[in-house]
Amino acid sequence: MPVTVKTFANFGEAASALSSDRSARYLGGGTLVMRALNEGDVSISTVVRATDLALTRIDVASSRVTIGAGVTFARILAERELAFLHAPARSIGGPAVRNMGTVGGNLFAPSPYGDFTVALLALDATVSVQGGLGARDMPIEEFLQSRERQSGALVLAVSCQRPASTDAFRYRKIARIKPKGGSVITLAAHLPSSGGRISGARIALGSMAATQIRARAAERALEGRALDDAAINAAAAVAAEGVSPTDNALGSAWYRREIVGVHLRRLLSGLE
Amino acid sequence: MTKTALQFRHNGRDVALFVDGGVNLLVALRELIGDMTPKFGCGQGGCGACSVLIDGELHLSCLTLAETVNGRAVETLDGLKNGPNLHPLQRAFMEQFAAQCGYCTPGMLMAAKALLDRNPSPSRAEVIEAISGNICRCTGYEPIINAVLAAASGGRARA
Repeated sequence: MPVTVKTFANFGEAASALSSDRSARYLGGGTLVMRALNEGDVSISTVVRATDLALTRIDVASSRVTIGAGVTFARILAERELAFLHAPARSIGGPAVRNMGTVGGNLFAPSPYGDFTVALLALDATVSVQGGLGARDMPIEEFLQSRERQSGALVLAVSCQRPASTDAFRYRKIARIKPKGGSVITLAAHLPSSGGRISGARIALGSMAATQIRARAAERALEGRALDDAAINAAAAVAAEGVSPTDNALGSAWYRREIVGVHLRRLLSGLE
Repeated sequence: MTKTALQFRHNGRDVALFVDGGVNLLVALRELIGDMTPKFGCGQGGCGACSVLIDGELHLSCLTLAETVNGRAVETLDGLKNGPNLHPLQRAFMEQFAAQCGYCTPGMLMAAKALLDRNPSPSRAEVIEAISGNICRCTGYEPIINAVLAAASGGRARA
C-alpha cells in the first residue's frame, strides 16, 4: 500500500509532522521502518524524514560524547574518538546494515535487536527527544521504559560519558552465527572504580526482557568491592534476578536465564 | 496518491522515473528500470541478495526508500562487466565455482566489490566480515571467500 513520504530540511518541522499524525513513523536508516513496509504493515500511512545535518553530528568532549540520532554504525566505527563504542557497533548486522542503521533507530529496535542500546544503557546515556511540546533530555532508562509511547517523538541525539579507561567498559554479544547473527544475549558493563573499588557499576542486558534492562542485583553485588573472583561470583549468581526473557528461534527463555550468569562472569573476568 | 519524481545515476547512466510513496529501491530497479540483477530474498535486511552500492557504499536496496537516492549514484551487478569483459571478481567467482544456484551471487559480488574498492588486498578474516551480511544457502562460503581472495591477488598481480 503506498504511503505518503514527507521530507523536511529541518528536524523541528519533522518532529511536528511526526507528533501530529499517529500513523506517521520516522524513517532513519530504513532497517526497521522499510522492513515494516515491506511486510505490509498497514499501521504506517505516513513516513517522515529529515535531511537536517544536525542529526548526523558527532561531538566529542573530554568527558562526554554526543552522537546525532542519524549517525550510522559505520560512522561510529570510522571515528577513533569513539573506540569504546566500536565493539557494540561492530556486533550489529553486516556491513550494509552498519552503513544504514542509526544510533537513534537502534533505540527502537525490538528484542533480539538493539545491541547498541545495551551499551548506551550501561553508559547511562541521555536521550534528547523533540516532541509536540518541545525538546527535552531524558535518561535512557526512562526512555526505554516508555518506548511504546515515544514513536510520536523524534530522537535528536544520545550522549554519554566516556569511560575512564578501556577496562572500565566491557561489552559482549552472544550470537549463534559468527560474525553476524541475532543476539541470544547481549551484555554491557560500565565499572568505574576509585581506589581499586567499584563505585557506580552499571550492567545492562539485551534480549532478556521486552526492552534492554539493567541487572540491578548484579550491580549491587559489585558495589564497593574490588573486581575479584568473590565479587564476580556474587554478581553472576544474581544476574538472572528481574529478567523476563522470551522464547525465540535463537534461544529459549529457560536457556537465556541459565546462561546470563555464565556470560556475566566471563564479561567481568575479561575472558573472551 | 501522487508519484514522486526521482533522478539518479544507475551504473553510470542517468535515469529519471516516477515512484509511488514508500517504494523501495529494489522494486524501482527491477520493476521500473528493468535491472534484474539485484535479487529479492527476504525484504527484511537479513539475506543481502539485494545489495547495491550507493555512492560507493554497500546498502540493502530492499530497505532503501527509493526517493532517498535522488541525485546519488547507484551501482548494481549489471554495471560490473565492461562490455563482453567480465569484472575480475566475476571471473574469479566463475573459476573458483563460487556460484551454484547463483541467487546470492549478485549481492556477494557487490559486497566483495565494496570491500576491494577500499581494501585491495584484504585478509581472509576481512573477506569473511565483508560478506557477513550475505547469506548463501547452497554453494557454501569457502569457494566464495576463495574467489574474493583470488580476485584481490589477481588485481595485485596486474598492478
